[in-house]
Order: sequence, then structure tokens, then C-alpha cells
Amino acid sequence: MAETLAAADLDSLFDALRSRGYRIVAPVVRDGAIVHGEADAAADLPAGWTDEQAPGSYRLERRDDGALFGYASGPQSWKSELLPSRVRLWQARREDGGFAVEEEPAAATPTAFVGVRPCELAAIAVQDRVFLDGRFQDRDYAARRADVFLVAVECGTPSSLCFCTAQGTGPGATEGFDLALTELLEGGHRFLVRAGSTAGEAVLAKLPTRAATRDDVDAAGLVVASAAHEMRGRFDVDGVHDLLLRNLESPVWDEVAERCLSCGNCTLVCPTCFCTHVEDTSTLDGTGAARERVWDTCFSLRYAEMHGGNTRPSTRARYRQWLTHKLATWEDQFGVSGCVGCGRCIAWCPVGIDIREEVAAIRGREEEHAHA
Amino acid sequence: MATVAEPAAVAHGAMTPLPYRVARTRRENHDNWTLELEPVADAIEPIGPGQFDMLYAFGVGEAPISTSGDPDAGDTLVHTIRAVGAVTKALCAARPGAIVGVRGPFGNRWPLAEAHGRDLVLVGGGVGLPPLRPALYHALANRTELERLVLLYGGRTPDDLLFTRELERWRGRLDMDVDVTVDSATSGWHGKVGVVTKLIPSAPFDPANAVAFVVGPEIMMRFTAQALLERGIPAERIWISMERTMRCGVGLCGHCQLGPTLICRDGPVYRWDEMAPLLEVREL
Amino acid sequence: MRTLDSLIRESPVFADLEPEDLELVAGCGQNVAFDAGDRLFKEGDEADSFYLVRHGLVALEQYVPNKGMLTVETVGPGEIAGWSWLVPPYRWQLSARAIEPTRAIVLDGACLRGKCDDDPALGYRLLSRISGELVQVITQARLQLVDVYGNGR
Repeated sequence: MAETLAAADLDSLFDALRSRGYRIVAPVVRDGAIVHGEADAAADLPAGWTDEQAPGSYRLERRDDGALFGYASGPQSWKSELLPSRVRLWQARREDGGFAVEEEPAAATPTAFVGVRPCELAAIAVQDRVFLDGRFQDRDYAARRADVFLVAVECGTPSSLCFCTAQGTGPGATEGFDLALTELLEGGHRFLVRAGSTAGEAVLAKLPTRAATRDDVDAAGLVVASAAHEMRGRFDVDGVHDLLLRNLESPVWDEVAERCLSCGNCTLVCPTCFCTHVEDTSTLDGTGAARERVWDTCFSLRYAEMHGGNTRPSTRARYRQWLTHKLATWEDQFGVSGCVGCGRCIAWCPVGIDIREEVAAIRGREEEHAHA
Repeated sequence: MATVAEPAAVAHGAMTPLPYRVARTRRENHDNWTLELEPVADAIEPIGPGQFDMLYAFGVGEAPISTSGDPDAGDTLVHTIRAVGAVTKALCAARPGAIVGVRGPFGNRWPLAEAHGRDLVLVGGGVGLPPLRPALYHALANRTELERLVLLYGGRTPDDLLFTRELERWRGRLDMDVDVTVDSATSGWHGKVGVVTKLIPSAPFDPANAVAFVVGPEIMMRFTAQALLERGIPAERIWISMERTMRCGVGLCGHCQLGPTLICRDGPVYRWDEMAPLLEVREL
Repeated sequence: MRTLDSLIRESPVFADLEPEDLELVAGCGQNVAFDAGDRLFKEGDEADSFYLVRHGLVALEQYVPNKGMLTVETVGPGEIAGWSWLVPPYRWQLSARAIEPTRAIVLDGACLRGKCDDDPALGYRLLSRISGELVQVITQARLQLVDVYGNGR
């Protein structure tokens, strides 16, 4: 059953979450971008801001209304919360007869994510598969994930780089959330609110909502439909898995390698990239040791280093690894595509490489050869 | 690709090493040592032929090392390690009484059941022999399950050969055939000289009813698989053991992927027909 | 007592020769046997034959100052020792010594070359097989050079 919450009453959501012991993380404006930060009230949200995104470009612009979620996505994703960039796994100290290992206690702060885009819900679901569904679970991820309350916000303002429709991850929120909001600006600034879980229902019951009218529901549907319509035709993903794996020697890889700086920005901003590095350290006197899990990137030159050499010394090989993993072999490994269509990798690439163009180029080059 | 094994019940995190005491060490040659490890308290689950452990040198780091011991040896772990980097050098320097960390067992096993009623051909190159030794021990302990048992081993020079005393004992057995060659000889070597693939055309097995396990540097495995195919063993009956950069060993860090597979999770043992196309793509 | 033809046919190089060709080749050959330690040929000596090893093991050796005689390769059953008969100046590039009791067929180079001159088609059939064997020998030798077992240093 859908309810409607006036935008002026959005603080009640923050209060209800806080009273349940949640720390709240929400989008906030900082350093010229919309990032995730701790938030107390609706006033912390990026009211009246939108983002203009293009390959290699991200700018905040003022809107002419007071929309609280009138933007697409920022450089961060929720993986900063669920998979922090540096986590200590354990400490150890030498003792008679060996060493004793003390595992770090699992993170125990229940956190509410407010403002989760449908593509981000999908990204969380993708990382759940990696970290929770295998033979071994990531303890830290599992602990953080267990205590998370997800407040999704459907998209009304996709950026020019968004292609969630092609990946089937948005712009509407269908599952994986506790609460889903759709921001409605016309006819009164309000939110359509739906619960997606019993926890969500419990919080919803505390909010000063009224039953949603037919008009509210239709308006929300229109927001999502318009956003979807805006993104139509942006990316032909037909058969992309097989297409990429058929074309591992395409000259397109050489061409993109000439531009790619191998900086790894794309992997940092991507909400599904999960590669980490294990760092083993010791104290100066050698009596103590520790292990940390640290974000890594397949673009790092050392990523594929083994004794006796490096299996991906060229930028071409590393770029190919990233893109074919993201759009193709991720499916073989985890049963789902690694890409949720958020477009961040395109905006935050310093040289503006657009993966949609690269895939189209590979497809085009293959067709050329077929007709040659 | 091979399917994921059943969920493991672990009381401690998958990234936490268990302390193991070095019970014995044996220097196999100038840069290889075998460590025998006993659990200080908790033991890992039993490790099978083909699988590996992540061995931790306190404060230095971890390395993935295949088991090289007898699968029926109880809780004692046996690992033959080549000293090539900081971690393996530290492990090889460990003396009896020292404590190392162990996480495991990880990966999949040699499909020994495929060899029932067939000839089993083991081909090792260089440090590829240690990961094959547990399969050999199992084969010898269950000898009647197989037809012929053949071990082909190639090393760089006579000084680089591993398990030389055992090789001599195995060569003396009537129920297996052993052939050894080196790439380059020193004076005093009276055995074969040449690449290990040269041993294949005349090795005593029936290709129509044989299964092969091959381990060694990637080039060696490719050429060996080629020679086995030419001899008539079909690609579906040749298995190899793959290696790639490994950090976590448990399928969570992404480093060991090769195309569609995660070597720590789906391997390291792979059937040749599945792995061959991936090895043909340079820098995959 | 088996004929020389059938013994030559045991070698993979000549295994698929037609009987007439086999007979011509056999006409240039004879059975030989060596005890362990016997020298087959010496580097630098006149070389006008080659050996099809049937049983045993032959070491091809190179004298290297400071290191002595080094075995570069061993040749076993079904394999060929000696290629210097193919091109002038017909001198052995390496030495060869039986490591084990060895039986082989030695084939006379001048005799074979003569028959090939008389019948170029026969020559083509023989040399294409011998080239195939040489390609394999080169591939294997290159694998030895690549030092696959090295530790990457």
C-alpha cells in the first residue's frame, strides 16, 4: 500500500530512523559534488542541486526548484559504507610457541542509507552475490550488510550518462529496499512512499503519511516512465557477453589503450567493483603483525604480478580485463552482469572514455569484418 | 567451468590464519624446501590432492602453496616451497619449532576417480612435481583401481630435480613406470637430456584408455598437453593445475581471475579442453 | 629374424614410407650395436651417416672448455642421431656416446644422397619426412633454451 509524505515532513523519517538506533548516511553537497555523509535532517540533503555529467566531466548546477533528490549520482557509491577502502581484519602478536591472532570485532553500527538509487540497489545486490553467496563469506561485509536499512529514491533526473534501463536496474525501484521514495514536485512537494520489508513497514507506520491518491501513484509512475524514456536507445547491450568474448583481439582494445591512463578511477567510482588487496604488516620490533583489506584496482600495474613476472603488463590487457569482466565474465563468475548502468565510470574517467561507445565500436568493427 | 564446492563451516574468519608448528623441514635442492606442519590447536579441514593452503610467514605475508604430501597423513600438512620472494624465502627459512600461519584448504582436487580402470599418466615439470605427489601417493595406496601408472618428470638441470631419493625408489617399483629428463645436463648426469615432451611418445600407456595430470610452467603444460593429444589422449582426459596472482585464496578479492573463472575457487585443477582456449589469449 | 625394412619402419620418421622406398633406404643401412660407453661419432670427424636408434640411449655431447663434455640432448628409441650428412662439409657438429647398451641402424649418407639424386621424387619423399623430424627437434631445442623452469630472475 503506497502512502504519501509531505516533503516538509521528511524530517520525521530521519527521526524515526534515529530513534531506532540507526546512524544515517545520505547525499550531501561537499567539495563541489554530491557525496555520502552523515546526516541528521532533511536540511542536510542537496536541495535544489542537480548534476551535469558528460564523459570526463561532472558539475553541480542549481535547479530552479527545491528538489531534494534532483540529481543522478555522485562519485561515491554505497560501497564506501559496505566495503570501506581500508579495514583491519585482525591483529596478531608473537607469544611463546607461536602467535595469537585477534580478529577485529565485526562492525556493529546499524546504518540507514537514505537516497539509494535503484541502480545502487542493484549494485548492492551484485556485491551481495560476491561477498555472501560464495563458499566463503566476507565477514566484515556480512556484518555491515546485516545492519543496513535501505531507503531508496527513484530516479527522476537521469544524467546523460545513465543507462540503467539497458541493464534492467532502474529507474524504478522494485526490490531490495526497506522503503522506496518517489519525489513529486508538481501539485505539492511530496514523496510517494512504499515499504519493501517488515522493517520498512515498521518505520513507515511511524511517519505522518496519508494514503496515496490515484494521482499520487500516477505521478510517481510518470516520473519513472519519463526518466526511462529519456534513457532509451543509449546502449545496445544485445548479446554483449558473447560479443566481447568473441572480440578479445579487436583493434578497438588497442585504440582505447592509447587513451586510457590506467589510473583506475573507473574502478574507484564503480559501485560493483570489489577487488581488494591483502596488506600484511608488522610492527617495527617484529612482535606484532596485522592484516588489512584494502581497495585494489585491476588497472594497477602490480595487480597481476606473480613471482616470475606479470600476466597483464600492458594497459590494453588491463583495460580489456576490466571491461570484459564488468560486462561479460562477471556473469560467468557470479550469475549476473557486473554493470548497473550508473555511468559513473564515464563521468569520472579523466580522458572521458565511454564504455557504451567502446562496446559499440567493437560491435561495429566486427560487423565491418564480417562484410569485408 | 567446475562448480563451487559445498559451503565450508568455519568457526573463524576465512582470512584468519591458524597457527601451525614446523615439525620437520627438508631441503630438497638449492632453492626448495619441504615443510611438515602440525596444528598448534585447531586444524584445518583435511586437504586433498590438488588443493592448496595459504601459508603465512608472521609479519611478512602469505603465499598459496599446493599440498605435496600424503592425503592420508592425518593433520600433518606437507608443503614443498620454492624460495622466490619475501614470503617464500621466509617460509623456507623456518626451522623446526617455528610457527607459521595456515588458511585452507582451498581450491579443487585432482579427479582421481576419472583414472579408475585406466592408465594414469602424471607429467611434472620443474616445481610441478610437488602438486602431483599427493595424487601419486593416493594412486599407490589404491593401486588396484588403476591400470598402468606412469610418472614423467622434467627439470632444468640435475641439481634442480626434486624428491630424487623418492624418484629412485619409485623407479625401482614394479607397479609403476618412471622417466626423468633434464633440459640441460651437468657432467656426471647419465640420464636423459631434452624437454619433458620427448618422454611422451614412448611412455608405456594406452592413450585410448589413459588419463593425464600435468603440472608445470604454463608453456610446459601447453606443449605437454599438445604432445599428449598427439599421442591420442583426448582433451577431456587431460587435467592441468593453473596458477595466477592470488591474494585472498577464497574468491573474494578478484585477483586470480582468468577470463570467466576464479582460479582459487573453480581451480586450480582444470580440464584441458576448458582451459586451452583461455591460454591462447595473450595477457588474458 | 626381422628384415632391415621392418626395423627402419619402427622409426616414426620412416613409418609411413611405401615398401619400395623402404627397400631403397634399407639398401643404405645396416644394423649396429654399442655397449654402454661406446663412442658413436666424434665432433669434427667426417660425418656421412646417421643413426636410427632402436633400443637404448645415446648422448649428444659438446665439449665446453672449463665444463668438459656436456650432454646437450639424449636420443632414444625411434629418434635420429646425426644430421650433418644432409649438408656439406659433412662433419659431425657434436659427439655421440651410448649411455646404455644401444642398438641402432646406421644409414650411409652418400648412399642415400645418391639414390635421391637418381630419383628426385624419392628424395622429396625422404626429405619431407626428415624435415618434419627436424622441425620437431628445433621446437624441442627452443623449449630447452626458453628455460621454462627458471625462477624469472
